[in-house]
Formats: sequence, C-alpha cells, structure tokens
Amino acid sequence: MSELWIATLLASLFCFILKFLGFSMPESILNQPRIQRINSFIPIVLLSALVAVQTFGSKQNVIIDHRLAGVAAAAIALRLKASFPLMMLTAAIVSALVYRIA
Amino acid sequence: MRQNVRVSFDKRTVLRDSLSVAIPVGSYGLAFGAAAVSSGFSVLQSCVLSLFLFSGASQFAVVGVIGAGGGVVSAVATASLLGLRNMFYGFRNAPILKVRGFKKVASAQITIDESTGVSLLQEQRGVAAMRYGFYATGIAVFIFWNLFTLLGSLGAQAIGDPATFGLDAAVPAAFLGLVWPRLIDQRTRLAAAIAVMTALILTPFLPAGLPIIATVIIAIVMGWRAR
Repeated sequence: MSELWIATLLASLFCFILKFLGFSMPESILNQPRIQRINSFIPIVLLSALVAVQTFGSKQNVIIDHRLAGVAAAAIALRLKASFPLMMLTAAIVSALVYRIA
Repeated sequence: MRQNVRVSFDKRTVLRDSLSVAIPVGSYGLAFGAAAVSSGFSVLQSCVLSLFLFSGASQFAVVGVIGAGGGVVSAVATASLLGLRNMFYGFRNAPILKVRGFKKVASAQITIDESTGVSLLQEQRGVAAMRYGFYATGIAVFIFWNLFTLLGSLGAQAIGDPATFGLDAAVPAAFLGLVWPRLIDQRTRLAAAIAVMTALILTPFLPAGLPIIATVIIAIVMGWRAR
C-alpha cells in the first residue's frame, strides 16, 4: 500500500476513534479544567504553525514568495469580516497574480 | 440542561441555522479537494478522507503535512491532535443525544465544530432543538462537504500546477480562516504568535511535520495553569 493510502486510512481511523471515545468516556477524565484548558490551546497552536509552514516553508527552508502575498490578502479579508469563500478566493487570486508577475 | 421534557420549537428556525453553516462549509470542501490533489493525493483518497475522517482541520493537516514533504507519522499525528477536540465535543453531546449502537457510531462521525456549535446555539430552545440542530447540521455538512470535495479534487486534477491558480496560497489561507475565530483574546493571540515563531525556527532543523507537532508543548505550557 502506498504511503498516501496509509496516511489516509490511519488518520481517518484515529480521528474516528477519538470522536467515538468522546461518546464513551467516563466523566472524570475530560472534566478536569487543566485538560480542558490545554485542549483549547491545541487547535490554536497547530493551526497557527500550519499557517506558518504552509506560507514560508519550502522543504527544509524558510522562504518568502507569492504565497505570502496571498495569505496577507486573506488576513486583510478576514479583518474586514469577509466570508470564508471570499477570503479563500482573495488569497488565491492575489497569490496567482504575484506568481505570474514575479 | 435545565429540563429534560420535550419543548416544542420551530424546526425551520433551527434548520436555517444549520444550512447557514453547512453551505459555506461546502465551499471549504472545494478548497480541501483542490488542496488534496495538489499535494499528490488521488481523487479517491480525497473523497475517502472527507467520508471517513470528516473533520476539516484534520483533513487539511494530513494533506498539508504530506504536501510539505512530511512523513506518514507526522501527518497522522497532526491530524489526530487536531481531532482531539472532537472527543471533547462528543463528551458534551453524548448526554443530549443519548444514543447507542449504530446511532452512536453515526453520531460520533458527524461530531465536528459545526454540528456541536449549532446544537449549543439551541440551548434556550430545549433539548429537542439541540438534538435537531446537531443532526440537521451534521448531516447537511456531511453531504455538502463530500460533494464539494469531489468537485474540488476533480477541478484541481484538471488544473495542473497549483501555483498558477493560487492553490498553494489557498491552503495556508484555509488554516488562517480556521484559526482566526479562535484568536479571541491576548493569550490566544500570544499562543498563536509563539507557535508561528517556533514552527519557523524549527523548520530547517527537523524533518517536515515535526515543527508543527512540536508546538503542542506551547499548548501544554499555556494551558497548565489557570491564568
């Protein structure tokens, strides 16, 4: 089986198990304030790191290219309370324009 | 829950809440399908992820980490860590839904940000409305998300080089859109800023994918003590 299939199936399996565990877990574990606080920070740090790596990463290097223009445009769109589809479209158009010019 | 008796509620009002969430999410599915294919996944693999993983941030993480050159372990670990919050949602939903057997499996599968969010919005309208909101949103998002994943992946397959259409910037923009509503105060913004710096500083020194997972330490440190 190819690596992509293994990633696809394992990620699907693990994420389903987590969802199912939530329906089956005894109260005491998930109700701890510390666990809940840590959990609320996990998506924030991971998603932020993903924004950074996907914007500046190129294999093992950190570079600045057309993607930064696209993501900056997305940030401005979000700041102006644009809808998600509009924000994504803005990012794609600005990035593609800079890519073609540069 | 204040009361457990069935309270009558206007289904149309709840359904409107559900659809107003589900339809924009569909367009995100388009972006996911496109991102998956431009990261090297097949159309079938993109669709399997949307059907069986069915959690936007985790799905973007799998294809994002692999697309950045990361290994299977990093991709699966990042997706699972992002999927942890669905476990907490299930924990909140279980006493409201009270399901067993196949219904429990199906309810767990559609336990995501959106279904939980709309369900919690109905708290004033009673338990029956919360249940209705959960299923209406979960099922609607499931349908739209999968349909648009298929369209997005087929579309990207036709396009070719992702950079010419800005797809390579749409992926980080998608992550930005997912994290944006969570940056509600100074502490969350600080956590985000430290995570960005940490991931970039570690990128030249660690295999792709690990700099992302490493930021979980920031979550543990910042969540350890009440402020």
